[in-house]
Amino acid sequence: MILSAGNLGLSGRLNGISCSLSSGRITAICGPNGAGKSSLLACLAGLLEQEVGEVSLDGRSLASMRPNERAQAIGYLPQVPQVAWDVSVETLVALGRVPWPGSGSAEVESALAAMDLAALRHRPMSRLSGGERARVLLARVLAGEPQWLLADEPLASLDLAHAQAIMARFRAEADRGRGVIVVLHDLAAAMNHADRVIVLENGAIVADGPPELALAEKVVARVWQIKANWLGEPGAKALAIAN
Amino acid sequence: MTRLNLTLLILLALAVPLSLLAGQVWIDPFHPALPNATTILMQLRLPRAVLALAVGGGLGAAGAAMQGYLRNPLADPGLFGIAPCAALGAVLSFWTGFAASAFTLPLFALLGAGSAMALLGLIAGRDGGVATFTLAGMMLASLAGALMSLAISLSPTPFALSEIVTWLMGALADRSWRDVWIAVPGALLGIALLRASGRGLDALLLGEPVARSLGIDPRRLQWLLIAGVGLTVGSGVAVAGIIGFVGLVVPHLVRPLTDRRPSQLIIPSALAGALLLLCADVVCRLIPLAGGELRLGIALSLIGAPFFLMLLLRMRRGLSDDGGWA
Repeated sequence: MILSAGNLGLSGRLNGISCSLSSGRITAICGPNGAGKSSLLACLAGLLEQEVGEVSLDGRSLASMRPNERAQAIGYLPQVPQVAWDVSVETLVALGRVPWPGSGSAEVESALAAMDLAALRHRPMSRLSGGERARVLLARVLAGEPQWLLADEPLASLDLAHAQAIMARFRAEADRGRGVIVVLHDLAAAMNHADRVIVLENGAIVADGPPELALAEKVVARVWQIKANWLGEPGAKALAIAN
Repeated sequence: MTRLNLTLLILLALAVPLSLLAGQVWIDPFHPALPNATTILMQLRLPRAVLALAVGGGLGAAGAAMQGYLRNPLADPGLFGIAPCAALGAVLSFWTGFAASAFTLPLFALLGAGSAMALLGLIAGRDGGVATFTLAGMMLASLAGALMSLAISLSPTPFALSEIVTWLMGALADRSWRDVWIAVPGALLGIALLRASGRGLDALLLGEPVARSLGIDPRRLQWLLIAGVGLTVGSGVAVAGIIGFVGLVVPHLVRPLTDRRPSQLIIPSALAGALLLLCADVVCRLIPLAGGELRLGIALSLIGAPFFLMLLLRMRRGLSDDGGWA
């Protein structure tokens, strides 16, 4: 399955972005603050209407799809959303079934198990740690069994172990054939976990390809204005920033 | 049917017959009836009880839906401006003297509610955003409040002024079956529409972007709420005047007994609102007061205001278990 953007334009945020993303892979969108990463992700999810261009899923324009049909295909995980009412973990995860009226307890159980939340199922959301909360919010998206998982900064404010667990889940979902698109500030996470990295600057794509090329030291120096070196082995690289 | 709904239905089934017996004239079902007992029951107390159920049920459901939509435990049905506009319509019927005709007062109030619904749809219904919608509602409420004050200050006769002020206090006294036929269809249809909005309100639990990503059409949700709140609140104000705090208090009382999803709160809030208004109306009938009985709107405000204060204090202390941490 292919999710593609054709010449997306949004005043002040996106400037003629075109890309074609394949399912079964993790695609990371990186870039400095204000580069347009979240706007691009929201357009790809069909949540933000671009002024120019089109987003299409397997050749069908997202704008022409019914909202429910789009929601069944694309799951969206925003940056740390506020939970309005102090519902239980199980109730929140079950919200992922909203696009599928009249079905869902097996999928909710499966999502709870996938994120290791079975023991916390009756706990109110207010009594979770930041890491547990992140797992619950991802489980909510998984419960909808979407073909595409779009996540905006899913590692923000997570410790290393939880960040690793979230990225491992993304890998498992990609291996099951889902498309995973993640906005990441952590360049090392993108380098180590993504199959493809798209680097944005001022609303335009400035690098696109395998992480070793898209996040090469010269790209990092040009886009982020820092001098940095990649250390370590493939799959376990770290970015050392030079003074 | 959930256990909570069943419990509330049983309580209502007990409360309705008891409410028919209570009043300034008590009716003893086990002894020979008063000569005019049938008239009192069928023409005064039964319509009054049915009205309490319809108005209380509508306000309870509207309050639950509003709190779910605005993701705020302090929201109440008046925020959309529909209740103030309905009240403005009623005030204008007094002001112009048309209220003397039996159907004109509720008709004016329903026209006021309908105008508010249409204006809300025109102003806010295009982008589907919660913030624009809420601001439009608050603007309408403020405008209707100002126009009501103007109408009161320019009241043509002291008699009209007195009628307006008394009516605004809210009451179910001296209502007839005619009022029942106005209130009940609006309340039932409105509650059904609000119940239909439950899925969208649940999706809003994580905010507007997530709700849209879950396939919720924000404009459809707004229209359901405009129509649902308009019908329940508009028909309630048309027959009973302004009755505050039911829409605010009842969802808070019921929420801890549910899983806290807005969709699961609407029907229990309707049943609990009906029960609260029925009981409050009986209390009003039983309290001796020179010159008549305690006005229902005043009684509920006397109960509701301390509750509201308690809620604010709990939220300030961070102890609210009603989701005030959003």
